[in-house]
Amino acid sequence: MIRLKVNGVEHSFDGDSEMPLLWYVRDKLGLTGTKFGCGEALCGACTVHQNGKAVRSCVLPMSAVQGAEIVTIEGLGKNGLHPVQKAWIRFNVPQCGYCQAGQIMQAVELLNSKAAPTDEDIERAMAGNICRCGTYQRIRAAIKAAARESA
Amino acid sequence: MNTNSIENVSRRRFLKGAFSAGALVLGVRFLPQVLWAAVREPLYGPDVKDAVFNPNLFVGIEPNGTVIIVAHRSEMGTGIRTSLPRVLADELDADWTRVKLQQGIGDARYGSQNTDGSHSIREFFDVMREMGGAARLMLVRAAAQRWKVSPDECETRLSTVVHAASGRKLGYGELARAAAKLPVPKKQELQFKPSSKWRYIGKSAPMYDLAGICSGKPLYGIDTSLDGMVYASIEHPPVLGGKVKSYDDGEARRVAGVRRTVQIPPFKPPYAFQALGGVAVIADNTWAAFQGRSKLKIEWDNGPNASYNSTEYRKMLEETARKPGKVVRNDGDVEAAFAKGGKIVEAAYYTPHVAHAPMEPPNAVADYREGKVTAWAPTQNPQAVQDAVAGALGIKKENVICHVTLLGGAFGRKSMPDYVAEAALLSKEVGRPVKVTWRREDDIKFDYFHSVAAMYMKAALGENGRPSAWLQRSVFPSLMSTFDANTMYGAPLEVGMGWNDIPYDIPNLRVENGPAKAHVRIGWLRSVANIYHAYAVQSFSDELAHVAQRDPVEYLLDLIGPPRIIDLKSIGYWNYNGNTEQYPIDTSRLRRVVEMAASQAGWGKRKLGKGSGMGIAAHRSFLTYVATVVEVEVNDKGELKIPRVDTVVDAGLVVSPDVVRNQFEGAAVFGTSVTRTGEITATNGVIDQSNFHNYPVARIADAPYYTKVTLVESNAPPAGVGEPGVPPFVPALCNAVYAATGKRIRELPLSKHNLKA
Ligand code: FES
Ligand code: FES
Repeated sequence: MIRLKVNGVEHSFDGDSEMPLLWYVRDKLGLTGTKFGCGEALCGACTVHQNGKAVRSCVLPMSAVQGAEIVTIEGLGKNGLHPVQKAWIRFNVPQCGYCQAGQIMQAVELLNSKAAPTDEDIERAMAGNICRCGTYQRIRAAIKAAARESA
Repeated sequence: MNTNSIENVSRRRFLKGAFSAGALVLGVRFLPQVLWAAVREPLYGPDVKDAVFNPNLFVGIEPNGTVIIVAHRSEMGTGIRTSLPRVLADELDADWTRVKLQQGIGDARYGSQNTDGSHSIREFFDVMREMGGAARLMLVRAAAQRWKVSPDECETRLSTVVHAASGRKLGYGELARAAAKLPVPKKQELQFKPSSKWRYIGKSAPMYDLAGICSGKPLYGIDTSLDGMVYASIEHPPVLGGKVKSYDDGEARRVAGVRRTVQIPPFKPPYAFQALGGVAVIADNTWAAFQGRSKLKIEWDNGPNASYNSTEYRKMLEETARKPGKVVRNDGDVEAAFAKGGKIVEAAYYTPHVAHAPMEPPNAVADYREGKVTAWAPTQNPQAVQDAVAGALGIKKENVICHVTLLGGAFGRKSMPDYVAEAALLSKEVGRPVKVTWRREDDIKFDYFHSVAAMYMKAALGENGRPSAWLQRSVFPSLMSTFDANTMYGAPLEVGMGWNDIPYDIPNLRVENGPAKAHVRIGWLRSVANIYHAYAVQSFSDELAHVAQRDPVEYLLDLIGPPRIIDLKSIGYWNYNGNTEQYPIDTSRLRRVVEMAASQAGWGKRKLGKGSGMGIAAHRSFLTYVATVVEVEVNDKGELKIPRVDTVVDAGLVVSPDVVRNQFEGAAVFGTSVTRTGEITATNGVIDQSNFHNYPVARIADAPYYTKVTLVESNAPPAGVGEPGVPPFVPALCNAVYAATGKRIRELPLSKHNLKA
């Protein structure tokens, strides 16, 4: 039996412990904000937080999240939207939007560890997140704006 | 669009449940009355459970003041779901904060819903304004009747009718009931707002779904979930047209959560939008379906396409490009001009297949019940879904309901609904709703690929290095092979994409197209044949500028020649189905974007460091004129960076400027992927690439650091914006690489070239 917390709520799971967390949150919990893009840790669409760290849920087996605190895009804002989500909205970052939950989760981790990231910091932190629509320049601008606002 | 008639459908019974009693509802017919009426079966509305209404393009005003507008085009990131309703809302003078959108289901009564070819705004702009204007006038007339004044004394402001003289006001909601009883005004009675009064058109606004997207709401096809739904993953034949010889699912069925397997029969040629066939694993969740699938043992009969090898195919294309082909335009006498001499320059260009790889892989949910199917799909073309599902199950199109979700990217892939047909076939077989999810590997291996192409170019340079003769020939397997496997030549729409419409001022000009047979599925990919055609024409132009020792911008302007209208009626040029009076090929507009882009980029003014260079290209596609300057930096190791892109766009009237800028920023990134790493190859009919490790796409550091998009202010009729950014970007990047390194890129992608000095 695997016990974990997702967005503050306790859950237990006794299915296939090899099942990646992605499919547990999407198919079992119905939290579909976390997206499937590649299944191989190559695109970042499935990014969630495990004990505050951004991880690729598509390759994270349930056996590895015993006792973990997981936060998905649905649980990100404590009271309403998170400042990073607000910055995303202000800069009209999304096109199709499919990658953006993963981008936002990754950016939140970056800003938690670096209050004022440089371009290089941003490129390094966001390197694993593909946006096929090509919204990178707005992502960069939104991260910087969110950083300024929380400063 | 002038032939459509707007109707007052407020009191139709089918609206019950969709609207409150007393709502004013207008619809518009795109089909003749007979056809429209023939579809008698009421359909379920997307957001309205248990209510039936007759879907046609409509606007409804609820007694509480909510304005409901149907979005009947698919949203894949271009903002169309927001932009078209805003056109209507503007002419209605509605308060946008009180507008609710309802996504239209697939229905022929909307007219074409195929959201491809960058034509949504162009085709529906007028009818949206007419709907808004008609509803507004009805509300004004209702208010005037109530106040016993002339409608001319009334005006509207944000969902309110105002009688200035007496200071009286009534909200649209309060007037809806009375307005619903009035006849629809004739088009001649409508008074459209002057553009100076537009509140929404031409003003930037967030996309309707923006907050939902940023907070992870279940908006996409892949987020669909139904009670009792099971999950499917399908092992497709590795080679197009292959068949299952035999298979063993013993181990697959032992995987926890796997219920059973289902064999899907192979398609009957032409493949069109049919399911590819193969073996499906049905399970209780997506992961179990994937796991079960990896345990299948299948023996395949690969069929004749197993002979497809990209290396040999390329040779064949290149050889064909050296031989005379079908002439698709012939001005003057090219042979005579070549015979006269001058400096002869030749070049051959090659571009491989590329895959769409939208971030959301193909997926669909279908629920088959008693001869009817309800499907939920991220699709660009819900009516094609109806056809594909009906065809697969042998039922009538009217018995297929297709709900359109948001699309997590599409780029053309999702106008081909094979994956929805799969879900429907499986649902019928297992008697439950089925969700089909393609893995990324399926998406890349079983795409409808952007065509591989070889281009041969030849010019004779006369005085001042100006071409006196120009010959160009392209060879590629046609899109139309989707519908006829024996297609050998490019369709008019393909040779009409940046090829026989070359807008150059050259007296002797011949354009040809050579034969090639397809061995994989070929599909529409963002800007289609324009990509390889613009790549060849604009690269060759740059090569000639250097041979002529002239500045590439100045030379490009000379090639385009004086401001004029180019008339290509005699060659049957398709002009993106746009009327040539409204949408001529106007070289003054092409010249202007070139001049503006050059000056915005500081062409010839800005000093660039060692290893840096700028390239320019210009192209008209989807009736839009675009020029792009790309700046690159190549370091000693041969690593490339793109610090800056300047793009100038003349797309006529622009409804949503910021959304359009986002499209062109994105086109630069999409073009970066195509140019730097886009390559799909086949060995013995099997696609060699499978996921983002061997089919890399641009990541944040590969993409242009900054793309500045300038929209030319224009009152010309609206044109396309989703696609036209890609074609000029690709050659502009290659020309910049040449400027920076002296290496001419005659073959894509760049990853095959060593850029080290
Ligand atoms: S889906 Fe997990 S990284 Fe792509
Ligand atoms: S917004 Fe479409 S993939 Fe990023």
